[in-house]
Amino acid sequence: MQAVSPSTSPAAAVATPPAHAQVPPNVARATTEPAWVRRLLIGTALVFLSLFLFVPLVSVFAEAFKKGWDVYVAAITEPDAVAAIWLTLTAAVIAVPLNLVFGVAAAWAIAKFDFRGKSVLLTFIDLPFSVSPVIAGLIYVLVFGLQGWFGEWLMANDYKVIFAVPGIVLATVFVTFPFVARELIPLMQAQGQEQEEAARVLGASGWQTFWKVTLPNVKWGLLYGVILCNARAMGEFGAVSVVSGHVRGQTNTLPLHIEILYNEYQFAASFAVASLLASLALVTLVLKYIVERRVQQELKQSQTSTH
Amino acid sequence: MFLSKTLLRRHTVLPGFDLALGLTLLYLCLIVLIPLSAAFLRTTELTWPQFVDTVTSPRVVASYKLTFGTSLLAAVVNAFFGLLVAWVLVRYDFFGRRIVDALVDLPFALPTAVAGITLTGLYAGNGWIGRWLEPLGLKVAFTPVGIFVAMTFIGLPFVVRTVQPILEDMASELEEAAATLGASRWQSFSKVVFPILLPALLTGFALAFARALGEYGSIIFIAGNMPMVSEITPLLIITKLEQYDYAGATAIAVVMLVMSFILLLAINGLQAWTRKRQGK
Repeated sequence: MQAVSPSTSPAAAVATPPAHAQVPPNVARATTEPAWVRRLLIGTALVFLSLFLFVPLVSVFAEAFKKGWDVYVAAITEPDAVAAIWLTLTAAVIAVPLNLVFGVAAAWAIAKFDFRGKSVLLTFIDLPFSVSPVIAGLIYVLVFGLQGWFGEWLMANDYKVIFAVPGIVLATVFVTFPFVARELIPLMQAQGQEQEEAARVLGASGWQTFWKVTLPNVKWGLLYGVILCNARAMGEFGAVSVVSGHVRGQTNTLPLHIEILYNEYQFAASFAVASLLASLALVTLVLKYIVERRVQQELKQSQTSTH
Repeated sequence: MFLSKTLLRRHTVLPGFDLALGLTLLYLCLIVLIPLSAAFLRTTELTWPQFVDTVTSPRVVASYKLTFGTSLLAAVVNAFFGLLVAWVLVRYDFFGRRIVDALVDLPFALPTAVAGITLTGLYAGNGWIGRWLEPLGLKVAFTPVGIFVAMTFIGLPFVVRTVQPILEDMASELEEAAATLGASRWQSFSKVVFPILLPALLTGFALAFARALGEYGSIIFIAGNMPMVSEITPLLIITKLEQYDYAGATAIAVVMLVMSFILLLAINGLQAWTRKRQGK
């Protein structure tokens, strides 16, 4: 019962070549469209994608380099930008491993055991994806903010969560919460538990079974989840914006830094910083594309070994 | 031990159930459930009439109408073009197909703030696209149309990625049989192919709609953010927070949360239907 997002496609489907490629030409005529219809459909799809995807992507880089290389380099090396880069990396370095450990634990429990309340648990794991990022930030303000549940206690003990780095990390953890889990769960479910059971019967300890049998079987799925998790962690805007307080050089992540520059009409600098994140997005897409195939192989292997 | 005794349905030789489920539940409660419950508990500080007043004030209602209307429109457009893109990617071979296929996920990978400033730059009066639309009398940036553009962008991959695997798995025999029985190409699409795709199409539609409802980062740059005209509900929550109106912000958030939960259940139902159709 989980709301699997389309980003989990490698675990959901094993790619097949276009259907028309397999049928002889005389049958193909009855099961495919005339050439002009094909061209019209491809053309319409490409125009739509150009307007909404390709042109925006190109324009990020065009705007970033509009005022020349020097302005670009200055924008991404000024101290506030560097501080923002560091904070973004810090948040990701904490959030991704936490959600990785959680994802593995959740997948182990859900995929390898049959227990009551499993579908409810799956729905709960998906919750952060259906909550608006703004609300994700708001709920931490309600818990840790000055007027929040722990506000007075935190104040008395001189801890700062909201408008400080811990709040940013928490908000990032929340919005990236399901990524690894929802990638691993369907993969590990498809693989079943026979291999682990065999390892146990042959005398392997629980941890040995996990490290030597389970983990190698799902390593690409795991990496896939980590890639998606990291992209979101570094790019999150709404949730982080609510808890950050926007102190330049201190509580500004890269996306927030982009907003500040943009609102100050420093468009070239703003797009220069944005181009860093756009490059990260492109790297993410390339890695995703490569890893996706490996995940499909992992899935195929499990299907041939269990049938 | 407690967890495995009360919850496990059958005995297993695999260890680690207590540890794994215990860790999962602890982390889920700390990060998600307890903070989310804060939103619901904090609204109880308001009396019922106060709550109703807050969430039905004219400015808030205007923001619901705007957010829902544009999200719905964007999801409809994405359903149509998403189906088209999925069809073209699965059924036809053309130059650059693989690159296009990989790039469809760009809205998932591109941070929303980057999408926001980029779309604003493109669709502003002097932008690459805006300069062609403005003479036609169509202002996009800083109007509700801009909100629609941003929502269409962020929702674009959902329908493509839910429909694509179903289309790839579809046996060609079905269409061959339809053709043999004398169906025209359009008939076999509308009577054979489309009904099979429908559950996945609706799932993608609902996912895109849900995502657009809560979206903030890509919209605030392009929207213009005029109260009553182009102010989305998530922005209103932030505005209230900045005025230290925590109760008001939380009340609106609870309305949005309830909506998202209903949508989540609907999406779960649709996915169960999709799996049933696929015979899995």
